[in-house]
Amino acid sequence: MQHVKANDGVSLPAALDVSGVNHSYGQKQVLSDISFSIAPQRFTVLLGLNGAGKTTLFSLISHLYNTRHGTIRIFGHDVGREPGEALRRLGIVFQARTLDLDLSVYQNLSYHASLHGIGRREALSRIKSLLAQIDMSERLYDKARSLSGGQMRRIEIARALLHRPPLLLLDEATVGLDIRSRAEILATIRKLVITDGISVFWATHLIDEVEETDHVIILDKGRVLADGRVDDVVRSCGASSIREAFATLTGVASVPAGGESR
Amino acid sequence: MTLQSATGPVPTIERGFSARQYLVCLKGILIREGLRFLNQRERFISSLVRPLLWLFVFAAGFRQVLGVSIIPPYKTYVLYEVYITPGLCGMILLFSGMQSSLSMVYDREMGNMRTLLVSPFPRWFLLVSKLLAGVTVSIMQVYAFLAIAWFWGVKPPWTGYFMVLPALFLSGMMLCSLGMLLSSMIKQLENFAGIMNFVIFPMYFASPALYPLWRIQESSPLLHKICLANPFTYAVELIRFALYGQVDWGSLMLVVAFTIVFLGGAVLAYDPSIGLLSRKQDTGGNA
Repeated sequence: MQHVKANDGVSLPAALDVSGVNHSYGQKQVLSDISFSIAPQRFTVLLGLNGAGKTTLFSLISHLYNTRHGTIRIFGHDVGREPGEALRRLGIVFQARTLDLDLSVYQNLSYHASLHGIGRREALSRIKSLLAQIDMSERLYDKARSLSGGQMRRIEIARALLHRPPLLLLDEATVGLDIRSRAEILATIRKLVITDGISVFWATHLIDEVEETDHVIILDKGRVLADGRVDDVVRSCGASSIREAFATLTGVASVPAGGESR
Repeated sequence: MTLQSATGPVPTIERGFSARQYLVCLKGILIREGLRFLNQRERFISSLVRPLLWLFVFAAGFRQVLGVSIIPPYKTYVLYEVYITPGLCGMILLFSGMQSSLSMVYDREMGNMRTLLVSPFPRWFLLVSKLLAGVTVSIMQVYAFLAIAWFWGVKPPWTGYFMVLPALFLSGMMLCSLGMLLSSMIKQLENFAGIMNFVIFPMYFASPALYPLWRIQESSPLLHKICLANPFTYAVELIRFALYGQVDWGSLMLVVAFTIVFLGGAVLAYDPSIGLLSRKQDTGGNA
């Protein structure tokens, strides 16, 4: 089992340890020999263009798909062998909206709480606290349908944090949002790493969401092309920026930034 | 926007879940299904309108055409309305089971199924809980129908209303399990029409819901054999006997057996390590 040093220097099992993972849809190989580790209490970016295999990788990590080749461990718990222990340490924000539009915000969140065995009273207390923090207390009993895209995303993030997971996965969480909402959500998630010591695995195809101090994993056509601190990756490519490094590694001339869609 | 998920850095997480937490999860799934049902009032109304139309219109019209001789559990000649009422209860369960299957396909397409499947509780438990929620909703529909039927002169002994509950539960479990199994095979919501044509109607018509088996045997031995192979036949007979305070042990055993087979198949089909979902991934389908 991979052990890595956390921000405070303490040796902990890797928040996420992916080793030798392959996956294919029929004859089409979508992930090839994927291996990397994510340190606890760090913000890690999974950077790749659409179709790189990010969502498939997330589906394997979250046990929606079975890992047939390789192993995935969350804080030392093998997703294939101990899915329950692995999944209770994981909060997920899916790329597609997954709120039930016919239910209220409270009903959506309390349903999620029950799916993690959190009782009604405790759930209500956590929901109120989380909604207060995202300035959405007044929307508690509103139907999810009445929320804007940005508000829905914030509720989904609050939902992913409701069971207090030490690892948070976000799959293209800012897609379809305006610039302000994107910046707010990204800043919020980054802050969680510092204030709560949460490990974040942030999948994106938008290069301007990557910061120099981040750990970045570049995924392209189902292969890991680079894995390390952004400045190390940039240096090893002989590039001047992560944008240039990404373009060099993937051979893509036009790298998407915020607001662009490929 | 500022968020704090936990009270401090990486909290210690206990292993496993207590019985109370399992109950919390079950209750949450039951409440969610109940809320969805309440939010879709037209679903409740249509679930009642269908059997009531059969009772008020079809049965009234065919009362004089279709005679029913004295067959167990009836101790005397009964009106055709009385005869088809257990079949109509079965019809509600059948449609409701398939409705659950539809809602699972819808949930899968809308992404809601993912929130269920990434819960740390065992997948079999989550699916059985979802099944129980669907059955609970169907049973409420059946009792609403029986209450209206009482005013139409269908008055089984009052003990029958209690005895029919376990029969409804078992039959509902069997049909919802079948629906769940089917939903794991349906790729898209649009394919649900096929379920209507190839599953619901054949199951309903090739059963003793509308005519006694002996009459079917007289008119078509082949159809009679099909009826005997139809799981819905035993659900209807189980309900019919229970509604009149009796247990049809043969039907009971077969309904239990079919439930185990369908439920086992459904749980396997939704397990990504084996079964149909994996095979769909193999062919590039969406989960």
